[in-house]
Amino acid sequence: MRLEELTEGDSHSQVVVHDLTRTQLVMYAGASGDFNPLHTDEVYATQVAGYDKIIAHGQLTMGLTAKVVTGWVDEADLSAFGVRFKNQVWPGDTLTVSATVTSVTKGPHGPEAELALSTTNQDGVEVVSGYARLREAWTAEGR
Amino acid sequence: MSFSFPVEAGAVLMFARALGDLDPRWYDEASTAAQVHGGVLAPPTFVASAAHFDPDWPYRPHPGVPWHGSGRGPGFPPPASGSGTSLHAEQHYEYHRPIRPGDVLTVDREPGKRWEKQSARAGTLRFEEEITRFTNQRGELVLTAIRVRVVTERPVEG
Repeated sequence: MRLEELTEGDSHSQVVVHDLTRTQLVMYAGASGDFNPLHTDEVYATQVAGYDKIIAHGQLTMGLTAKVVTGWVDEADLSAFGVRFKNQVWPGDTLTVSATVTSVTKGPHGPEAELALSTTNQDGVEVVSGYARLREAWTAEGR
Repeated sequence: MSFSFPVEAGAVLMFARALGDLDPRWYDEASTAAQVHGGVLAPPTFVASAAHFDPDWPYRPHPGVPWHGSGRGPGFPPPASGSGTSLHAEQHYEYHRPIRPGDVLTVDREPGKRWEKQSARAGTLRFEEEITRFTNQRGELVLTAIRVRVVTERPVEG
């Protein structure tokens, strides 16, 4: 979808992870370099840190949240993206992201859109709230 | 502080896989998905992996230094956070220019604001902002990141 096709109030929602596995947390630790044992080491997380299980990296939930924006409006690029981490994400969680267009404006370089983002778990609890601002797709910039 | 962060195609692919994101925009130069964006891009949160190149990153085991995760025993609390937990409260990114495999970014980090809040669940919460600027090999500012960290006095469930 292109930016020009968005209208205020449009929304889109998608499951971004189904039954989050400990293996995916290990993959994310390796890819991101965040080896905090709270995210991959259940012995440490339960016996030292006092949690029931390991907890997912906040940045993983943020990355999963971004998939809805880049997958839905795939012919635009982000100019801003921010989140607040509201509740823990655990192994076994299924996360759904909903994105709603809050404004479409004409910027100096073409149309711009603001999206409100909300990521919830299988119990309907919001784990991340956030926003994204979209601009026209990069073309040859950065080549 | 400042360090160098090479953006490698394989690292970008593995990062996308860890998110379960197989959009060819992140790895296949010949794909329409990449061409629409002028070529392969790094995913929006890829700069999190600059941690690999941060010489002082505390969440990576260093040879010869005791690691706080489990081994023979259950591990021990990291020295900085006492009995509580250091958690990520907010993360904000501003994108100024695209980041593509082959770029070599210079990462500059500086502390931002600090404040405290009382919480019934977790005791005293200490918030700390950290601002990170990523500049490419052409001297262009490509991304500004603001991370808000909170250190809790006690563990916080759910």
